Amino acid sequence: MTKLEAVIQNSKLDAVKTALHEIGVEGMTVIEVRGHGRQKGHTEVYRGREYSVDLIPKTKIEMVLPDAMVEKAVQAVLGAARTGKIGDGKIFLSRMDEAIRIRNDERGEGAL
Amino acid sequence: MGKKLIATFATAFLVFALAHVVCAQIAAGSGRDTNARFVKLEQQAAEAKSSADNAWMLTSAALVLMMTGPGLALFYGGLVRKKNVIGTMMQSFALMAVVTVLWGLFSYSLSFGSGTSFIGGLENVFLRGVGAAPDVDYAATIPAQTFMVYQLMFAIITPALIAGAFAERMKFSAMIAFMVFWSVVVYDPMAHMVWGKGGLLNASLGGRFPTLDFAGGTVVHVTSGVSALVCALYLGKRVGYPKEAMPPHSVVLSFIGACPLWVGWFGFNAGSALAAGSLATSAFVATHFAAAAATVGWAGAEWIRNGKPSVLGGISGAVAGLVAITPAAGFVKPMAALIIGLIAGVFCYAMVAKVKAKFGYDDSLDAFGVHGAGGTLGALLTGVFAVSAVNPIFKDAQGNTVASGLIEGNAYQLLNQCVGVGVAWLLAIVGTLAILKIVDVTIGLRITEEEEVQGLDLSQHGEEGYYWEASA
Repeated sequence: MTKLEAVIQNSKLDAVKTALHEIGVEGMTVIEVRGHGRQKGHTEVYRGREYSVDLIPKTKIEMVLPDAMVEKAVQAVLGAARTGKIGDGKIFLSRMDEAIRIRNDERGEGAL
Repeated sequence: MGKKLIATFATAFLVFALAHVVCAQIAAGSGRDTNARFVKLEQQAAEAKSSADNAWMLTSAALVLMMTGPGLALFYGGLVRKKNVIGTMMQSFALMAVVTVLWGLFSYSLSFGSGTSFIGGLENVFLRGVGAAPDVDYAATIPAQTFMVYQLMFAIITPALIAGAFAERMKFSAMIAFMVFWSVVVYDPMAHMVWGKGGLLNASLGGRFPTLDFAGGTVVHVTSGVSALVCALYLGKRVGYPKEAMPPHSVVLSFIGACPLWVGWFGFNAGSALAAGSLATSAFVATHFAAAAATVGWAGAEWIRNGKPSVLGGISGAVAGLVAITPAAGFVKPMAALIIGLIAGVFCYAMVAKVKAKFGYDDSLDAFGVHGAGGTLGALLTGVFAVSAVNPIFKDAQGNTVASGLIEGNAYQLLNQCVGVGVAWLLAIVGTLAILKIVDVTIGLRITEEEEVQGLDLSQHGEEGYYWEASA
């Protein structure tokens, strides 16, 4: 099993979600986050005082996938989230040891 | 007991005798002196009435301003997504400033100066001749300056209502330019036609098609609502609409905004009596009843259709009822107001929930569904339910009061109302289209897609409504 985490532009969430549903991904967790990579932040001014904001609102999607699906899912996210500009985000993959369904104790890929 | 009675009689006799002596002295005085006293007394009575009316009208003016800020600003601010909250509020607030400047320079004159049937003249530019003396054609008991500042508050809220249609996607600069043109091209002529001296639709100052519009059903709500629809169609949908969910980010803010709208509307409608008399009371009562009935209508319709009455439905219903009663407030009885409100609540709900979805236009905050539809409905129903017992507005050649609306047998009035509504629709469509075209070519109407995703707050103003971190 592999955990896929993708940090993407807020505006691309819908497209990514749709693309993942199309290849058969059944579950995901979506989190509103703030962060930065190479993309520069922006400046806000309140009553003449400037604040530079380098943490930009992004969306993070997490899902744990059976190994057979990982590459398909990566391609789906890449295809849907890419605008070609700085700030499109990143995908992280990591090994996942175990998954357990709380309802019935089911374990392994069957629990996904 | 007997002693008390005697004492009472004695006192009464003394008072009577004294009064007799005083009266005799007055009678003995010259006739000129008595006359002078009467004149003075009359003058004092007029001054007292003027003060009372003025107090109410200044209060009303303040109430109407409160409808725009914070009322409408909060109402609209809550309905947008959180990245657009202060950008949306700023649209209302900016108009409080910009329209005021225009009004002082020339808009008041274009609206209420005596000019042609379609637009006012220039005799009051820079507020020349608008001072302490009343303008007897409009309001004989209050200073012309009070009338001017009261009407200004209407000129502010009307364009602010349109902002609901192009919410979350219009450039701030383009919005300001659009509103400046709109005030002059659409609002001022419409206000002049319905309320100004010699206006085409004026019911009390000799208009060709006397349209009953007590507080601005056509002038305020039809013009702004229809212009809103034109804006929504011209600008196109927001990025992601209607596929992406765009729920209100804070129904709480909208709720807090709707309440001062309801209260402020008493200034809007009851203030339109332009005096503190019984007509103001009648309009106040009609306003309140219509708002209540429309709340029941909208929330009830939703309850039946969706199984739950929503809070947003309740407050939207109240606004719809207030819109619909606006032209009728000073002409109808309380039970008619209940009927108008109830119909408006259900009708506007249908417009927003059914018609908008069917045609797919992105009237983001339902400026057309509530103000355009509710205003049109209210203006027509005014022609049905107006009665001369509430407001004897129409007189025959002998000065006798004649029938007002359809239920009194004056079917002709319904036709006049249609003319008034038709003129408002036409002016709003043509004027708004022309202005949008000009602003689009010169400044550009929409923010870029990236800015839209980022939100108005950051892209247009460089601020955030809800600051996420204290230090950065």
